[in-house]
Amino acid sequence: MALLLRGPNGSGKSTLLRLAAGFLKPEQGHIAYTREDGAHETDSETFREHIHYVGHLDPVKPAFTVAENLEFWSGFEGNPDPKSGTAEALERMALSHIADVPGRYLSAGQRRRLNIARIAAAKKPVWLLDEPSVSLDDASVTLLADLIADHRSSGGMVIAATHIDLGFESSETLNLAPAQMPDYAA
Amino acid sequence: MNRFFSLVRRDVALAFRQGSASTMVVMFFILTVTLFPLGVGPEANILQRISSGVLWVAAMLASMLSLDRLFQADFEDGSLDLLTLGSLPLEVTVLAKCLAHWLTTGLPLIIIAPLLGVLLHLETSGYVTLLISMLLGTPTLSLIGAIGAALTVGVRRGGVLLSLLVIPLYIPILIFGVGSIDAAIGGLTERPHLFVLGAMLLGSVALCPWAAAAALKLNLE
Repeated sequence: MALLLRGPNGSGKSTLLRLAAGFLKPEQGHIAYTREDGAHETDSETFREHIHYVGHLDPVKPAFTVAENLEFWSGFEGNPDPKSGTAEALERMALSHIADVPGRYLSAGQRRRLNIARIAAAKKPVWLLDEPSVSLDDASVTLLADLIADHRSSGGMVIAATHIDLGFESSETLNLAPAQMPDYAA
Repeated sequence: MNRFFSLVRRDVALAFRQGSASTMVVMFFILTVTLFPLGVGPEANILQRISSGVLWVAAMLASMLSLDRLFQADFEDGSLDLLTLGSLPLEVTVLAKCLAHWLTTGLPLIIIAPLLGVLLHLETSGYVTLLISMLLGTPTLSLIGAIGAALTVGVRRGGVLLSLLVIPLYIPILIFGVGSIDAAIGGLTERPHLFVLGAMLLGSVALCPWAAAAALKLNLE
């Protein structure tokens, strides 16, 4: 399953994703996840461990090498075997050749690829992607699209805000209208 | 549990790689303490009188130096968002970061403190109590400091604000830390002071992670 969020800048795509991840509390209404047994889960504390979130920032430590950065995250995010998972994920995002390079030397695109390798390194059913293709070149966008396709074909769920075509076939699209600013003068 | 220790390992490894944090804290401690013999004069009996207080105040200020980076670095590169997403409760994450902070700043201070005691002519009978009181007191400094660090995490140049928030909360630790050393030197029993320090440590292990986690959640919104 995939849901594509579209809309002009400031229409609330990122806000919606941060709400879904449980970083923000909704002013009205609620976020509910449906579990496999059909029950609805509205407590963000219980479902947040099943979520991968890719936001605007790339959590890359300048003092750690690419492999060390990834190994920490894949272990922390629940991969029982961080070492092999890391090697595989680096391979998938074409980062194997710079596995020993410290994070501080990475370009913006490489940091973004490392962030995407992070979600490939530990299995989680729900992916929330906030413009994941920013600063990626064409080849890397293809890698990302393949990764998303694999995730979906194995039963995973993706909600993505993106302006470019990530090969989302048969996905639903949610168009967000421009934000209605409250009339502060009144 | 694995995640707890992987986070502690990461923070300690980062501190060692960057190197500056621990070195800066220890150098600050040494330099502030050396200022006192220069400032109040080299008479042994004056230095002896003020040594326990000087050591504790300097250790306290030194431990505060690196507090502003406790959550700031992870906040700036988006790691903090992801740390809250994991299955580890945020309170436990905070506890892991406090432990790492103590290992990289509190522990070096404890190791260097007896050497600086010699510089200040600290009485021989005070050394054991100095070590025990710092062993009990410095983890509390990291834990209480975490609340201040969490409250100021989004604030630009929050270091000064952090000090203003945290110093008043440090006062009881200072009083009982210095009190225990003075009691030992004066031939009184130091145990009541150490018990109070221990109680404050237990209390802050239980309470500070909750308070800091609540402050972080507010700041992440």
